[in-house]
Amino acid sequence: MSVARGFGEEVRTGRLLADLVASLFRVTTGFMLAVVLGIPVGLWLGHHVRSRFALLPAINFFRSLSPLAWIPFAILWFGIGDLPAIFLIFMACFFPLVLATVAAVANIPSVYFRVARDYRFSGVELLTKVTLPAIAPQVITSLRVTAGLAWLVVVAAEMIAGRDGLGFAIWDARNGLRMDLLIVGMIVIGFIGMVIDRVLTRLTKISSIRWGYER
Amino acid sequence: MNDKPLRIEDGSVNFGSVEVFRSLSLEISRGEFVAVVGPSGCGKTTLLNLFSGFLKPASGTVVCAGRVRTVYQQDSLFPWQTAAQNIAMGLRGLSESECARELKEMLDLIGLEQFAEHYPHQLSGGMRQRVELARALAGATDILLLDEPFSSLDYLTRLRLRRELARMLKELPRTVVLVTHDIEEAAQLADRILVLSDRPARICRELQVTLPRPRELTHPLVVKTVHAILAELGLEKDVV
Repeated sequence: MSVARGFGEEVRTGRLLADLVASLFRVTTGFMLAVVLGIPVGLWLGHHVRSRFALLPAINFFRSLSPLAWIPFAILWFGIGDLPAIFLIFMACFFPLVLATVAAVANIPSVYFRVARDYRFSGVELLTKVTLPAIAPQVITSLRVTAGLAWLVVVAAEMIAGRDGLGFAIWDARNGLRMDLLIVGMIVIGFIGMVIDRVLTRLTKISSIRWGYER
Repeated sequence: MNDKPLRIEDGSVNFGSVEVFRSLSLEISRGEFVAVVGPSGCGKTTLLNLFSGFLKPASGTVVCAGRVRTVYQQDSLFPWQTAAQNIAMGLRGLSESECARELKEMLDLIGLEQFAEHYPHQLSGGMRQRVELARALAGATDILLLDEPFSSLDYLTRLRLRRELARMLKELPRTVVLVTHDIEEAAQLADRILVLSDRPARICRELQVTLPRPRELTHPLVVKTVHAILAELGLEKDVV
């Protein structure tokens, strides 16, 4: 009952919506940055064996660091607000995405490249018509995982380096001993996580991608 | 135009210390259907890799004059493309209307008009190999390399696809090199059969089969050829 009342209160004052928008903005920006940079890096490392051997240990090193360990640096470098949260989300998503893309590229059956040669695919066409569609299913799976990760990290980031957002709302509720608001925050977070995954699962239904899940 | 589009002169191939071919020479005429049989690991696929340019010989020359396409054992269709899109890959470079027309003809030829919009994973093994053949035969190509194209199929489907291949080649003549474990397949399809020895492989016997395709599997000449190959491989007694 008190949770429902707390929910109503949060909606009426508009605070819930504001927090939600703040968190979603950070997640989207950080996640998109990781996607836009991580997938190309993964593609490049996937195709170049030498650079892969050189850089993979470093990537594994950074991947093993909990993004939360970066919180002090995030605050030091970016202060309080959107930037540190975006930075932390990026750090959480970038390395797993690189690794997943590298693995996906390495998994492409070599026969596809031989076929591509027979049918005169090269350069950009080879990338857009062979490599990218071949890795799409695996990359989408890792997008689902890392999007979940981003949503986890934003809450933690906002608790410490935020003045708003769902994470801060939970922290604030805890400080004010408002267990009802805390639970409201948790329910909203869980629910949004579900919605994000739903949206990404949609991608797996695209007809040129479904093969990866039905074999 | 060259009437010996595929040629190996004195070609040698080594994988590390393993000698696969030692000064092998081979000529294949335009429009000829050559089958290569031999024990496993004797270098049959290596021969195709030489022709497709995937592999360079350690010494000697390989000539391959013409556009080459290879059909592999299985699963080399792009799974993210429909049957029609896969076949259309073979028609790249044609204008849109030409491509559509030829695509229709190819689908017609393999009898899969109704499955044009299906993805490979929605097709049976036999249908997939039909699409592979259509993709390789579509458009202007000269040379068809077949790397055990039917080996992953069940026996009856294999027999059916042999007939279809013979029929397709009648419509769209190509110079064909077929590498196979299936001795019957070689005898039923090829104009000339090369029996390779163990490594380093040499051609230990050449058999001509002058019989129009499609041939019955039980045609006396086909049976006789099967027997001759088996005898050469030491699997049947050589009765004259």
